[in-house]
Amino acid sequence: MSVNHLEAENLQLWRGDRHVLKGVAFGLGRGECLQVTGANGAGKTTLLRTLCGLMVPEEGRVLCEGRDVRADLPAFHSSLMYLGHEAPLKADLTARENLYYWIGVRRRIAMAGLDAALARVGAAAWCERLVRTLSAGQKRRVALAGLALMFAPLWLLDEPTTNLDAEGQQVVGALMAEQLARGGAIVVATHQQLPAAVHAARILELAP
Amino acid sequence: MSITGTPAGVGAALTTRASCDEAAPSAPALRAARLTLARDLTLAFRKRGQLIQPLAFFALVTMLFPLAVSPELARLRAVAPGVLWVAALLASLLALEFLFRDDAYDGTLEQYALSGQSLTWLLFAKTVAHWLLTGLPLALMAPFAAMSLGVSAAAVPGIILVMIVGTIALSLIGAIGAALTLGMKRSGALLALLTLPISLPVLIYGARATELAIAGSSFIAPLELLAALAVLAVTLAPLAAAAAVRISLE
Amino acid sequence: MAAMRWTWFHRLASPPYLYALAARLTPWVAWPAALLIVGGLYAGLVLAPPDYQQGEGFRIIYVHVPSAWMSLMVYVTMGVAAAVGLIWRMKVAHAVAASCAPIGASFTVAALVTGSLWGKPMWGTWWEWDPRLTSELILLFLYLGFMGLRAGFDDTQRADRAGALLAVVGMVNVPIIHYSVIWWNSLHQAPSVMRFGKPTMPAAMLAPLLVLLLGFSLFFAAVLLVRVRAEILQRERAARWIGETLRA
Repeated sequence: MSVNHLEAENLQLWRGDRHVLKGVAFGLGRGECLQVTGANGAGKTTLLRTLCGLMVPEEGRVLCEGRDVRADLPAFHSSLMYLGHEAPLKADLTARENLYYWIGVRRRIAMAGLDAALARVGAAAWCERLVRTLSAGQKRRVALAGLALMFAPLWLLDEPTTNLDAEGQQVVGALMAEQLARGGAIVVATHQQLPAAVHAARILELAP
Repeated sequence: MSITGTPAGVGAALTTRASCDEAAPSAPALRAARLTLARDLTLAFRKRGQLIQPLAFFALVTMLFPLAVSPELARLRAVAPGVLWVAALLASLLALEFLFRDDAYDGTLEQYALSGQSLTWLLFAKTVAHWLLTGLPLALMAPFAAMSLGVSAAAVPGIILVMIVGTIALSLIGAIGAALTLGMKRSGALLALLTLPISLPVLIYGARATELAIAGSSFIAPLELLAALAVLAVTLAPLAAAAAVRISLE
Repeated sequence: MAAMRWTWFHRLASPPYLYALAARLTPWVAWPAALLIVGGLYAGLVLAPPDYQQGEGFRIIYVHVPSAWMSLMVYVTMGVAAAVGLIWRMKVAHAVAASCAPIGASFTVAALVTGSLWGKPMWGTWWEWDPRLTSELILLFLYLGFMGLRAGFDDTQRADRAGALLAVVGMVNVPIIHYSVIWWNSLHQAPSVMRFGKPTMPAAMLAPLLVLLLGFSLFFAAVLLVRVRAEILQRERAARWIGETLRA
């Protein structure tokens, strides 16, 4: 029996008086996608941040390849990519520069690879403009280019399709499908429908 | 372009800290620090106007003393070391706002925490960039402020040296307070309340070293103590700042 | 077994356990504290012989020295509790640290005020920048910073952890700050001779001082236990065990 790539064991977490995560447990294998749904305030973002290791649960643990992630957080972080609600971009840098500094801190990138990733998400035309001049949808595309560039085995995505038009959502779908095809795993929190190209192996519904 | 992934390859990726079996080697720490430094310097030069503010503040505070105390150079020379250091302390407090605030706001600080690199090391690189942009110019400006207070030009090299060592310590100590108050609105007064008591030893040794330098005597003893503080700050402050940043991300 | 030796530590982490334990311990420290303080004050203010140099004015050291000593001891307690809370993620440890701060700040203010009152008849001024008073003043700012940082966050967990880190950083810095203040003061020898040095006192004068030191320590423990109980009540107000305990 192969070990799950990502496993959550009875995660319990309180924010102040609120019991946000009430015993969340799941196993996610390679090449699988887990969709986390729930109403606003149900704890989707909190769950993603706990899986990342940013938040620490009061009880329970997160395992990657059978090992507790807290035993070696830097190694775990090296193998994952987390995209939150806002695209993590500096407004005063161009899209290209943002990718260069953001992903360059994590892995060696060739300029050709950078340009290929930008072309992939349809950003080639405006990648030399400062991010402060871009629309919300364009910023999200740049963030997706970072996903394409990084090749992390585990993706944790929070509402990846926000602000994107139909074409942009197709790009998300294609990227996610490729990730699954090459054996990566995805945890995506969204209350919308996943793009057509992606099939969620499991669905986890959080109740507020 | 097809990428094949085998379970063993993906499993091994974790232990070798590479990202995926598609042979994407992770960046070495030095390169990551260099990129962080370069990024912050690039960003600062895109908003050049902001760089002047702490320096203008420093000059302004220095100017307050002749107006408030006396225009006699002899009297000013006597208080010059104290004036220089108080002004430098306040100006560096002002500059601390720019250290982590923007990154915390747009999510890039979070990405640093999730990068797999040592957050301590990356924050150290950011603080070095911050010092190059605020502390070093302050140290280079200090002699001019000193001369406006009646200090002779012979003391200039000594003043610059003491100020360089002192501002390094101040930037690093300030990073702790800046990291602790992340996410707070209007945290200026609190930042001062947190940072100033810990910065007092730097003020004491720095002012004494400057005083001796101005008098033309040997200022090695307080400078050595100041340097010891700077070394302590270099080793411990980024650790504390990284812990504070992680706390702010919880 | 090694495991058994640490169970007391982990049991302390349970709020209901600490709540009950604090209630049981409080009279055991409060009464001795009251007796020692009253007895010590009587011995110091009435019984001890007057100082040949300072006359009756020296008696204020019986309040000043224990207050100053406690202000530092409380800060160390606060720092240790904060470190425990940070490392082992114990919420009650943060409750203890939060409870210590106002007590320590009060001791610091008492030390400053009594120090000032002592100085007036001696030096003729209400304030002197001698190392001890200056260090006490800086310590007051360290306390205020801790309390201010905690107050700046609505989220209790963030306030706890950020405050705890500050307390640990402060604790590491206290020796450095104190040494620098002594160094600074030694450069500029003040013209006045009266210093807050270690008094070489005969036993009749020293004994009440030691009694009061112990009394103040027990007083701190008693007040801390009461405050911790209140702090636990406030933090755990939504928990079930609170309702059961209060109804019982």
